Amino acid sequence: MTTKKMAIIATKGTLDMAYPPFILASTAAALGYEVQIFFTFYGLQLLRKDLSDVMISPLANPAMPMPIPMPVMVQMLPGMESMATMMMKQKLKKHGVASLTELRDLCLEADVKFIACQMTVDLFEFDKSEFIENVEYGGATMFMGFAGDTDVCLFI
Amino acid sequence: MNFDKEFDASGLNCPLPIIKTKKSLTDMESGKVLKVIATDCGAVKDMQAFADQTGNKLLASTEEGGKYIFFMQKK
Repeated sequence: MTTKKMAIIATKGTLDMAYPPFILASTAAALGYEVQIFFTFYGLQLLRKDLSDVMISPLANPAMPMPIPMPVMVQMLPGMESMATMMMKQKLKKHGVASLTELRDLCLEADVKFIACQMTVDLFEFDKSEFIENVEYGGATMFMGFAGDTDVCLFI
Repeated sequence: MNFDKEFDASGLNCPLPIIKTKKSLTDMESGKVLKVIATDCGAVKDMQAFADQTGNKLLASTEEGGKYIFFMQKK
């Protein structure tokens, strides 16, 4: 049986959008898939050693369930982002959902390959020393070499 | 049912029960049986799907007092 392959392009760096790539990648790896994630644009934030700055904002997230209806004018107030992030993290913990760091570690443990988009690293002048070590740097062409031969390819 | 190893995934949510089940199976010999206890109701379908896709055999899947019990035989 040939090994199935999955490629994910992770482009978002918010708490809500950080979960799907890591959940799908770790699950696929557990099912025996060979997995690569290409982190580009804001997705690069998910490669930082410290993920505590990954936040969620109620602003421009109209489908986010809120404890009470909250007008956009209120969502703009200082501290709302931190509060929403704190509440989301509490909720995740309460429901036994792994932390981002835990899921990312599970991916690495299962040999999921992380590729950081070199162009975006340069564009945003990211400091590579702030990223975890198990990252390869490459471009779209390098990623397509793998993605072109996959069974599942997702843009998140 | 007899089993060789037990893993309690109570309180863990998707995808942890599956990932940790897979990890528990890693150091087991072929034919040995792993008992998994979970509280995530999504695990019922996920365990079957895991078995179907990996070739490990789901010998039994039951519910007892709000807990889901699985017996997975390693391929």
